[in-house]
Amino acid sequence: MADVRALLEEFDRISKSPKQLLKEYNEAGEKVVGCFYYTPQPLITALGMVPMGLWGGQVNPQVAGKYSPIFTCSILRSCLEYGMTGEYEGLSAAIMPILCDTFRGTCSAWRAGVNIKLIPFVHPQNRKDPGALDYLIEEYKYVKSELEDVAGKTCTDAELKASIRLHNQKNKVIREFCSVANDHLDIITAVERHHVMKAITFMKPEIIIEKLTALIEALKAEPVCNWTGKKVILTGITAEPDDLLAGFTANNIAVVGDDLMQESRLYRTDYPSANSAMESLALQWLQIKGCSMAHDDNNRARGENLVEMARAKGADAVVCCMMRFCDTEEYDEPYILETVRNAGFMAFSIDIDQSTSDSGQAITKIQAFAENNV
Amino acid sequence: MMYAMGIDIGSTASKAALLDENGKIVGKEIVPIGTGTVGPQKVFNQVLESADIDKEQIAWITATGYGRFAFEGINDQKSELSCHAKGISYLMPDIHTIIDIGGQDIKVMTINDKGGLMNFVMNDKCAAGTGRFLDTMAKVLDVETEDLSDLSLQADEVAEISSTCTVFAESEVISKLSSKIKTENIVAGIHKSVARRVASLAQRCGVKEEVAMSGGVALNNGLVQSLEEELKCKIRVHEDCQLAGAIGAALYAYEGMKRERME
Repeated sequence: MADVRALLEEFDRISKSPKQLLKEYNEAGEKVVGCFYYTPQPLITALGMVPMGLWGGQVNPQVAGKYSPIFTCSILRSCLEYGMTGEYEGLSAAIMPILCDTFRGTCSAWRAGVNIKLIPFVHPQNRKDPGALDYLIEEYKYVKSELEDVAGKTCTDAELKASIRLHNQKNKVIREFCSVANDHLDIITAVERHHVMKAITFMKPEIIIEKLTALIEALKAEPVCNWTGKKVILTGITAEPDDLLAGFTANNIAVVGDDLMQESRLYRTDYPSANSAMESLALQWLQIKGCSMAHDDNNRARGENLVEMARAKGADAVVCCMMRFCDTEEYDEPYILETVRNAGFMAFSIDIDQSTSDSGQAITKIQAFAENNV
Repeated sequence: MMYAMGIDIGSTASKAALLDENGKIVGKEIVPIGTGTVGPQKVFNQVLESADIDKEQIAWITATGYGRFAFEGINDQKSELSCHAKGISYLMPDIHTIIDIGGQDIKVMTINDKGGLMNFVMNDKCAAGTGRFLDTMAKVLDVETEDLSDLSLQADEVAEISSTCTVFAESEVISKLSSKIKTENIVAGIHKSVARRVASLAQRCGVKEEVAMSGGVALNNGLVQSLEEELKCKIRVHEDCQLAGAIGAALYAYEGMKRERME
């Protein structure tokens, strides 16, 4: 059986050096497509290419300011910076869902400043309208056609269905890892958990299944940990850098679940059975719940999801990891905090800013939570 | 006699408080320079000197504030949120909401009847609405920060300062000066602008009376008055408001000293 530590180190390495992995894909002759947030990744896999998440990074932007103002959402600004400075060199294309106003602006900025083919598309926000499904299928047809140009080949409906099954299997394994990790909170600290969840955004689905299954089995062989410290659920776009997450461990707090876009939020809604593969891809978007990027008539839906998660996982608090200048997430924040607090759980926000490595204020809040019986 | 010391190392000031074995405050000092300067060491020496005791008589030191990790020779460190809650609860036992405007951040805390922290919100990485913001505005207006309070109380009108971003507000204030608007009215506008920002943060935390202000900015009566208008409630300010964090830290140190003796 594989060693837990060795497997975790592999995830750590990948999470910290996606550029190296991209280089390895390119050297193996594989085409790689960058993916922002929600993208129809099974299309990429079905066409024999590799989907790779684009999540920016800790960087103080120097050139992105040419196209994006200082108050641009921190993650999209750092993605633009990486695109403009060659960090994403090796990508054959990038798929960008126009989920918010900042994405719309970044789409134009990318076209002006980044020499990587961009495939933008727009999700329907009125997801209850019967036309939403047809509309999104048409958008995905455009994405498929653009990806086929990049791949230099086409794929059949059967090939796409097989790819969808693979991605659903990947989702299942990721969810199982998150569940098993909670029995080993002494090993899977906040930082380790994040490294695993971040690394898988850069890995091929079949490799994720293989490596995570090995990690799950190795963890199951370890004695179950009776965690006596506090437990939290993280919600937001991302929760980085490591220094901030280490603040949880230093204060004897474990992360027992997440609703982070970069982590679990991407994998909790499977592609459902449908009449066609394209319909299945589109239906998944219509079924996503509790996400700031997917409009819901019930503005408490996300908070209610978090309360349910906190109850199921025995969490003490929900920590809102607020991406700097992400207005979409900011609008959700008051509802989340109120709904969670009204259900009897503690809730507080910490600031996530990719342009600085200073996490002092966030750590102060984490420490205050740890020091008091709130 | 042994003593417990709390030292609050902020971004713009260093504060220290000393408790004796009976839990009585026997020393308190403020030095107007903070972390990264000689301020923390200076306030440490000053409080020993004012209480007329030796370093060897300190049984426990608890540090708090932005510079709490950098001060050597401490026994432990606590977050400033916990220390302000504990400090204010000691100074004013019937307080349920604390608003602390420090040099570079704003904290709003709600506490229970026993002084335990129930909820908190804090601004992040933005100087707007903080002590630093007021310092910057005073500089633009060519007045002392300490004079802002009296100036705003003399205003006959409140100039509208729409933005609370320090940089943008600075431009706005310069523009008001160019338009010959009275300094007193501009200062009142600055206070109103800070009060609105702080009030919206407080609403997110939930305001439960009685309300107190801590931190150096609490000494600015004009701003306190403006904040009372925004929150529509009375705000109490203790004479040792600037020392609340250090006193809270000293109370933690006192507990540490007692615990060590028991062990």
